[in-house]
Amino acid sequence: MSTRTLVSPATLTRPRGRAVYWTVFTAVVVLFAIAFLFPVYWMVTGAMKSPDEVARTPPTLAPKEWHLSGYGDAWDLMQLPQHLWNTVVQAAGAWLFQLVFCTAAAYALSRLKPAFGKVILGGILATLMVPAQALVVPKYLTVADLPLIHTSLLNDPLAIWLPAVANAFNLYLLKRFFDQIPRDVLEAAEIDGAGKLRTLWSIVLPMSRPVLGVVSIFALVAVWQDFLWPLMVFSDTGKQPISVALVQLSQNIQLTVLIAAMVIASIPMVALFLVFQRHIIAGISAGSTKG
Amino acid sequence: MTKTAARPPAEAIAVHPVQAPPPAGGRGRRRLTDQVRAYGFLLGGLICFALFSWYPAVRAVVIAFQKYTPGSSPEWVGTANFTRVLHDPEFTAAWRNTLTFTLLALLIGFAIPFLLALVLNELRHAKAFFRVVVYLPVMIPPVVSALLWKWFYDPGAGLANEALRFLHLPTSNWSNGADTALISLVAVATWANMGGTVLIYLAALQSIPGELYEAAELDGASLLQRIRHVTIPQTRFVILMLMLLQIIATMQVFTEPFVITGGGPEDATVTVLYLIYKYAFLYNDFGGACALSVMLLVLLGAFSALYLRLTRSGEDDA
Repeated sequence: MSTRTLVSPATLTRPRGRAVYWTVFTAVVVLFAIAFLFPVYWMVTGAMKSPDEVARTPPTLAPKEWHLSGYGDAWDLMQLPQHLWNTVVQAAGAWLFQLVFCTAAAYALSRLKPAFGKVILGGILATLMVPAQALVVPKYLTVADLPLIHTSLLNDPLAIWLPAVANAFNLYLLKRFFDQIPRDVLEAAEIDGAGKLRTLWSIVLPMSRPVLGVVSIFALVAVWQDFLWPLMVFSDTGKQPISVALVQLSQNIQLTVLIAAMVIASIPMVALFLVFQRHIIAGISAGSTKG
Repeated sequence: MTKTAARPPAEAIAVHPVQAPPPAGGRGRRRLTDQVRAYGFLLGGLICFALFSWYPAVRAVVIAFQKYTPGSSPEWVGTANFTRVLHDPEFTAAWRNTLTFTLLALLIGFAIPFLLALVLNELRHAKAFFRVVVYLPVMIPPVVSALLWKWFYDPGAGLANEALRFLHLPTSNWSNGADTALISLVAVATWANMGGTVLIYLAALQSIPGELYEAAELDGASLLQRIRHVTIPQTRFVILMLMLLQIIATMQVFTEPFVITGGGPEDATVTVLYLIYKYAFLYNDFGGACALSVMLLVLLGAFSALYLRLTRSGEDDA
């Protein structure tokens, strides 16, 4: 790993170069610690201070007395198990619906040559040009009163699950991947008597593990992080995901309890990131160079 | 099977497995079943796109010209919604705030990640650590980062003012002051989102061929000249892409103003999307909300179209 960058390796070996390098290195480490780690530390420990201490000026760097009760109170008072469970259900359903319907549609568009396939794909890609948030109001009206069947999906997880399927980006990602699977492989399966569904299930999907992983992470993160859409469709407090509940409850709750709830709400996604960081970071970096 | 009598030699079967003449009309029927099957696979996705993308897009335009409240039948009102919305004093504030937010986000949220990526790319140690830490805020739910910063910005015991006091600088009202609120929100958005930008820049910087730097250095180019004549031209495409993406994203800002400032003080942080939300859910005026949506749609659609065009042509080059 000696790829040449802006500064030449030779410069770095000179005494002056090394001094500059280590100064810059230390400065960046300190900067990163202050900018990105300290706020997280402040949040985690803030929840463990007493209500008096958290409001004190100047603030204390570490809690004088460590209280874990903030976390317990948040769990009970803010009904976090309920809201976390709602979020899990919404995210898992959106993931599953997206995986099933987007994969099936991408497979059809890529391999089954439906009539007007090009038109449909064009229509799907055109939605990439429509900024999602600009459509939330008419989308809300559609969900509130579905055309033809006149049912309302408000306060129903389906209001998260079904719109999640209409994700042109993920569908296109899957289609592009399926396009690259060699024709011979699929023809061989067909000659062996496998139907289209069987080919998809036993040949295409196992070969598509990397792209399915990327789509899964995108799908999960998107639902977990979303705020405006669940704020609109879940007026019933008992059905709200954690993001909406946090904001709704933030007004009349003790600061330490709120902070504890914020920490709890962050844990699942941060844990997901720490476990899959290699894949997530590689995915982001690869996405850029391919465009 | 009664055709065993006219059985062709075995090798012919192996070479032409589907040579047996199809029954009359079989080709057409075959095609039809293929189509039915293809549409069976497409159906779920197609319904979802129709219901939640195509139909709402058309409907936004239609409702923009209607007086629309859920429950009662819509009424055509021509351009009345647009004129009403345009005369709302909040309309000007919302657009001014949104455009300022986007501009500030471009200035701050663009220069900082680029510089950071530039420096990180030169470091030889702890690269994995930097990549993980810079991306950490992106994984914290946006609502949590907004609430976190709302707490930091607290005029009394907030960390932001505490830091200023520590440095012996005058304190600020941050998100509570009419003139500082917007930039305070930009800081939150930058903090929360810059991880992705930094990682993409890092990838772009790593793809620059080292010989270019070497050649430039042999020609006597200084560090700054190398940045100006090698780094920036080589990453120009990525810079442009991210700039467009950021414009599209920041013009739809909602969570930060909603959670941190509630649009205040004195409308200083009302954004276009926030105003759309207000029209729909506070005023129950869906016609006005859709008129605003259409305006946002047209403006951002133009940027998106440009982005897609450029990425497409970029792919062709590669």
